[in-house]
Amino acid sequence: MDVKTWTYLLVGLTFALYIGIAIWSRVGSTKDFYVAGGGVPKIANGMATAADWMSAASFISMAGLISVMGRDGSVYLMGWTGGYVLLALLLAPYLRRFGKFTVPDFIGDRYYSSTARVVAVICAIIVSFTYVAGQMRGVGVVFSRFLEVEISTGVILGMVIVLSYAVLGGMKGITYTQVAQYCVLIFAYMVPAIFISIMLTGNMIPQLGLVSDVKDGSVGLVQQLDGLSRDLGFHEYSPGRKSVIDVFAITMALMVGTAGLPHVIVRFYTVKKVSDARKSAFWALLFIAILYTTAPAVAVFARTNLLQTVADKPYAEMPAWFGQWEASGLIAWVDKNDDGIIRYDGSGPAIEQLPGTRKVEPRFAEGEGRWGERLLQNPPSANTNELYVDPDIIVLANPEIAQLPPWVIGLVAAGGLAAALSTAAGLLLVISTSVAHDLVKRTLNPSITEKGELLLARIAAGMAVLVAGYFGINPPGFVAEVVALAFGLAAASFFPAIVMGIFSKRMNSHGAVAGMLAGIGFTAIYIWWFKFGLQLGTIDWRGTPDQYLFGISPEGIGTIGMLVNFGVAMVVSRFTAPPPDDIGELVERVRLPRAAFGEEDAGPSHH
Amino acid sequence: MNRLPSAEAKSRYWTRNLKWLGILLGIWFVVSYGCGVLLVDWLDRFRLPGTNLKLGFWVSQQGSIYAFVIIIAVYARVMNRLDRELLEGTEAAGDEES
Repeated sequence: MDVKTWTYLLVGLTFALYIGIAIWSRVGSTKDFYVAGGGVPKIANGMATAADWMSAASFISMAGLISVMGRDGSVYLMGWTGGYVLLALLLAPYLRRFGKFTVPDFIGDRYYSSTARVVAVICAIIVSFTYVAGQMRGVGVVFSRFLEVEISTGVILGMVIVLSYAVLGGMKGITYTQVAQYCVLIFAYMVPAIFISIMLTGNMIPQLGLVSDVKDGSVGLVQQLDGLSRDLGFHEYSPGRKSVIDVFAITMALMVGTAGLPHVIVRFYTVKKVSDARKSAFWALLFIAILYTTAPAVAVFARTNLLQTVADKPYAEMPAWFGQWEASGLIAWVDKNDDGIIRYDGSGPAIEQLPGTRKVEPRFAEGEGRWGERLLQNPPSANTNELYVDPDIIVLANPEIAQLPPWVIGLVAAGGLAAALSTAAGLLLVISTSVAHDLVKRTLNPSITEKGELLLARIAAGMAVLVAGYFGINPPGFVAEVVALAFGLAAASFFPAIVMGIFSKRMNSHGAVAGMLAGIGFTAIYIWWFKFGLQLGTIDWRGTPDQYLFGISPEGIGTIGMLVNFGVAMVVSRFTAPPPDDIGELVERVRLPRAAFGEEDAGPSHH
Repeated sequence: MNRLPSAEAKSRYWTRNLKWLGILLGIWFVVSYGCGVLLVDWLDRFRLPGTNLKLGFWVSQQGSIYAFVIIIAVYARVMNRLDRELLEGTEAAGDEES
């Protein structure tokens, strides 16, 4: 069987499984819909959390980014796992004891202000939409490459699947499909990594492959890659290139930004007891760590294989995958010295950026060149490098580059879809909960019936899928910038407000609201100035990297925004009235087990 | 549960909770920002024992993640024990456990 048949078979089987689970787990109450009735076993909940946490970005893009960035790629590895530690230690157990469904619920009650609640709802919705659009896009990319359908058809197929189990099953349906999706995605990630690890190092555990010597040699795998890179004029792989303060700030912004993500926090409500929530947090990080400790190994394997396969080799001898990725526009070659040999080196981008585009990316012209390569609209650049490779293909192309059997390649496609769909579903649920519960039930129309709220939640989930699908098919040209913005804003708003709400009884609504506004305002303006700037006719005002505050790039500025938030909140709260007495009681209850007040810990309650 | 914990026991519970948070987040910071970011170039002068891989590189790409898993495992055990002691009223005898 060929790759395409295998892919159809494996993707079809996994989709049938997801829909089967959705039908089995239909729900009838809002508590089932929002938090799966609070009765998910802890290991299953850990798997679901891991699938929720690991998005299309973790599965498809991360290893590719690391293989381009070298050691600096650790900002993603540490940022997205260390953030989980913050979440599990500083936020989740307390929010769970608070006993309501959502983060806006906590912010609204703790700061006794419906303004604060509405601000939190809007932040949650914006952050979730940004994410979900990225996931839908990931679905589209996988479909278009492996099943050779249009990206838009792929996105619509993905929408139908998510819709069926999110709207029918709510959190219960999502949780049990996520358990299945975790198994699919981790299997799909590990199998090619194991194969390649054996090929390159002789060690069958990829985590250990990273630290091993190359097969039949006494030189370390990473040492060998350093040498290969040096010979081709690239940066060596293992030294860092970014400044220490920038790496520090970006790691912190990613950690704090992910810790505030609403769709993961809600996961701590779906088990029976706080003690189970803690154990489930451990299982979740363990399941996440399996992929995250494999990713740096995959990055090194893929980089090594790529350099050895393509650099200084004739175009005519390239394997089939090269032409297929060229056809989907993610690889481009321009033969500058007309010798038919691919020159791949570190002298800079192979092609010039076209006017009107936001980064260097190839636009193809009609026709073929002398060696059969696709011709480009982009003019060749002045350096000697001839090859453009999009980092997104590293994980997807890795099995092909290593010449693994077709079923492994089909498996990777199914895994990428599982990662994208599981995160998308979790986010859609946050959006529908925010609209039905926080906005309508708690703010606009408190007298709505249980049945009405459930119907509304389902309609909101349906609408959210449609909007996300639209953005997946017509992505705004600045997805990466918007994602940086979402992390930065989450870091500068949610995180400090929740932490101070738990750990400081003195923090009042004036302080918290002033802090959130200052943090968000500072971060948004900084990112806007350096990423977008002001364009009026011929004027183009925009910050340049040498003007960065302390040398911190926009990706890391959420860290400073967070400090601004903490600082402003503390100063303002000193000079304004302390919060009312019953808030002190609320904080006390969040800090201690429910049973210490003679109550049962039965998870979220309704009022 | 017939007898609820005293106010004193509750405040002791919170103090110990904060102490453990401090210890675990301290380790979290030292491993990730200390070894993984600030000292990474210095650590790169050494090798991960038994291999040819630079130590700083390993900590920032793999070692820190293993440490995070251990931190959460310890946290879950310690907090579940503190909960139990508070509710069973046995924590007074244990006092400081470090």
